[in-house]
Amino acid sequence: MSTTYTKKQVADLIDGDLDWETVRRMLFMPKDQDRFAMYIDVLQDRAKWDDKIVMPLAPHLYIVEDKNGDIVNKCDCGYVFGPYTENWKLNAVIFVRDTDEKFNQVYPNLMAPNQEWQVYREYYCPECACQHDVEAPTPWYPVIHDFEPDIKTFYGWLGLKLPKKLAA
Amino acid sequence: MNKPESISGGSSTKKSILHNGKTLMQNRADMYSTSKKTGHYDGLKELKLKKADPITFEKIFSKLRAGVVNARETAKKIAASPIVEQEGELCFTLYNTAGDCVCTSTGIIIHVGTMGMAIKYMIENNWEEDPTINPGDMFTNNDCQIGNVHPCDIATIVPIFHEGKLVAWVGGVTHVIDTGAVGPGSMSNGQVQRFGDGVQITCRKTGINDKPMRDWQHEVQRNVRTPKYWILDERTRIAGDHMIRDIVEEVIADVGVETFLQFTSEIIEDGRRGLVKRISDILIPGKYNTVAFVDVPYMHEDVHVPSPFAKVDTIMHAPCTITVKPEATWRLDFEGCSRWGWHTYNANPTAFTSGIWVMMTQTVVPTERINDGSLFASEFRLPKGTWTNPNDRRTAHADAWHFLVSSWSSLWRAVSRGYFSRGYLEEVNAGNSNPCNWMQGGGFNQEEEIHAVNSFETAACGTGACAMKDGLNHAAAIWNPEGDMGDCEIWELAEPLLYMGRAIKSNTGGYGKYRGGMGFETLRMVHNSADWCMFFMGNGYMNSDWGLHGGYPSATGYRFEAHNTGLHKRIAEGKSLPMGHDWNPDYPDYENHLEPGAIVKRDNQCITTEEIFENGDLYLNYLRGGPGFGDPLDRTIENIQKDLNDVVLLEEYAYKIYGAIFTKDDEGYYTVDADKTRARQTEMRKERLARAKPVKEWMKTERQNIIDKKASKQVQQMFASSFELSQPFLDKFRAFWELPSDWLVTEKELGVPAFGSKHAMDLSQMPDVKTVVLVEE
Repeated sequence: MSTTYTKKQVADLIDGDLDWETVRRMLFMPKDQDRFAMYIDVLQDRAKWDDKIVMPLAPHLYIVEDKNGDIVNKCDCGYVFGPYTENWKLNAVIFVRDTDEKFNQVYPNLMAPNQEWQVYREYYCPECACQHDVEAPTPWYPVIHDFEPDIKTFYGWLGLKLPKKLAA
Repeated sequence: MNKPESISGGSSTKKSILHNGKTLMQNRADMYSTSKKTGHYDGLKELKLKKADPITFEKIFSKLRAGVVNARETAKKIAASPIVEQEGELCFTLYNTAGDCVCTSTGIIIHVGTMGMAIKYMIENNWEEDPTINPGDMFTNNDCQIGNVHPCDIATIVPIFHEGKLVAWVGGVTHVIDTGAVGPGSMSNGQVQRFGDGVQITCRKTGINDKPMRDWQHEVQRNVRTPKYWILDERTRIAGDHMIRDIVEEVIADVGVETFLQFTSEIIEDGRRGLVKRISDILIPGKYNTVAFVDVPYMHEDVHVPSPFAKVDTIMHAPCTITVKPEATWRLDFEGCSRWGWHTYNANPTAFTSGIWVMMTQTVVPTERINDGSLFASEFRLPKGTWTNPNDRRTAHADAWHFLVSSWSSLWRAVSRGYFSRGYLEEVNAGNSNPCNWMQGGGFNQEEEIHAVNSFETAACGTGACAMKDGLNHAAAIWNPEGDMGDCEIWELAEPLLYMGRAIKSNTGGYGKYRGGMGFETLRMVHNSADWCMFFMGNGYMNSDWGLHGGYPSATGYRFEAHNTGLHKRIAEGKSLPMGHDWNPDYPDYENHLEPGAIVKRDNQCITTEEIFENGDLYLNYLRGGPGFGDPLDRTIENIQKDLNDVVLLEEYAYKIYGAIFTKDDEGYYTVDADKTRARQTEMRKERLARAKPVKEWMKTERQNIIDKKASKQVQQMFASSFELSQPFLDKFRAFWELPSDWLVTEKELGVPAFGSKHAMDLSQMPDVKTVVLVEE
């Protein structure tokens, strides 16, 4: 048995405006299996472009099916980060905090890492400058490809229709 | 029915103590091979009892579960140690005859696995024959070589018999305050090997006829600094174990022994199915790649170690790939981890995997139904020789948590990506804080007794931000879901350290659309002690908890200590005193309230060893915050204003991070100007683009740094250690940076001692020892 929620409640959840009693119910009760479809529905309504959202990756980043049927990583602003199978970060712009001065813009120096041990790597959208991710690795560390979703299997779990190029 | 009655003999030909007539070893071997062959625990493709009589099934579970929780709550109330009584650092678990968990209490539930491993060790090493397993026996274990997290977690394990046959085991564990290690306190450092890491007991029979043995008690109490707590904590564990044994007897009287035994297998298969269902309900199949680090700064002059080969700066490296499979089971692969080291932060596979369950019960499987079934739906790969699975029996483990909590933070972040993508925003957690500092020390306390302390204020650090709300301030620690900082008044009774202040620590939670929860800070003055030493234990040069989806990591730690303060003189003269907040450590104020000549240490060296503290000296215990979620420029004006008015955000950083333009009235109330702030944020976005460069362009520079081997020694040592242990990690590294196929960095060329890298001796090489391995190595 699972509880179901309205599209308005899911929209409020996305906006951080959902009342705590409902959030608590969401936490305690078995998960509502129609959440994903409703979530996509809300996000699609808000999108500034016509591409079909296949899966959200971050608050302003999505895997979408574009007008050519290609599956790509796309920013809210419309910037395309490349095919969904590739790490979107490689097509972002980056700012590395690796000096006391740069760290001091974020934390008092004694509360920030030491650049001999660790750096911050901030990944921005080249168009709208949204900060999509911050890595905090050692110097030299390869850019991390955080998530490689198996969309085909996932859509199968939920009984959803796959984008054409994934169904092929 | 559990009255002591000797089971005959000690020979291998004696009568079986199991209902099925098998030896314990054969029983476990059969269960495991059937489970492996069928994919169902104990081959249970069908849950016959649950299907035929679900009410009885649930009644048994409820009674047992209530029993273990009740035992814990009762035992907690009668405990003497403030770590147990205040923080709830104890746990009770019921196991079936194979040593697999049936159900567990609340508390430090990492010990579901550790005590289970101790039982399995006794089974596999034929304790049945010698020293024998009889009604009324008690076994004590805290051996880190067979699964215990660290020596201070002492387990008392009691076999439960019914009419002369073993039907279950029960284990109780408490975190004791001292184990007689080189450094005082339960999670000390200074020692670098097992030999010095505190007394370790290997599944020793320490009680018969329901009473602890006198020789055991006489021996062990003189091996620790705090015998009073040791003995009373043992009584706490025994009391809880026996309460649970009584409950099992009641259940058997009610449903019969065959139903009970059937239940103890079915409930585990039910747990396995529960995890599979939950994974398919909440996660997305695919690969989640993540990594974590934490600092081990041992070159500093305030780190005194007995062995020169331990005097080296290193970094813990924990990459992980979580693969959620189409059949909704999962595999966690830690290929590429760095080597174990000469410090007290090593783990072992049971501590590592059990700890992951502590985390997962707070996120993937937040249910009382957690048991060893989850383990049967999971695959873990912990390469031998890494810090997660040392290949040497000399390793020390007293503060295994330094590495464990750091590595798990990345797992939380990883599964949260799945929750976010699926729309379960309420489940997202950017990560856990690194729950430290561990304020420890010892000497003579205010009662003129030899004493040791380990403040568990750490049990209430900031939590990570969610995708729809901020993290909680000073609320929890990953290792014990029941967060509690404890009462000042109780800590002052337990420690010769007066509170000069206790306050929320501003700017410790990572910034973001939703910020991480804040940590807190307490300033303590040493008082009424003698021959007193203290030390720091936590992260300082690095933080281990990154943010998620654009949120920032939480703040790192720093240390403040002051000696020769003249505070007693200042108190007598009514002068100002250092109290409460250390607002912005870049603009220190405590120092303005100390006498001239005071010696102050204020830096990022958050791991130290014993240092002498005189009465009147100061120690700042700073407990960390949690990481943030989302781009900080998405934070609402209302929330920025609230942070300023709640005094959790320094004015300077309201502007630097959020672009907040604000005014402050005569009463100190802040008002953020929305229009001006949004305009400033537009400028900040332009500034971002102006200072950034394309990732592929930056990669060329970073690649050249690698070719030129431009990085600190500790960074290069970390990579060298992982490269030596993992060809796949080295191959991936070379491929990513497009390095020549012969490019390599080695510890030898760095000139750092690498004892243990070439020569190692595992526990399995000890005579008459059969190790139990439950993970891929």
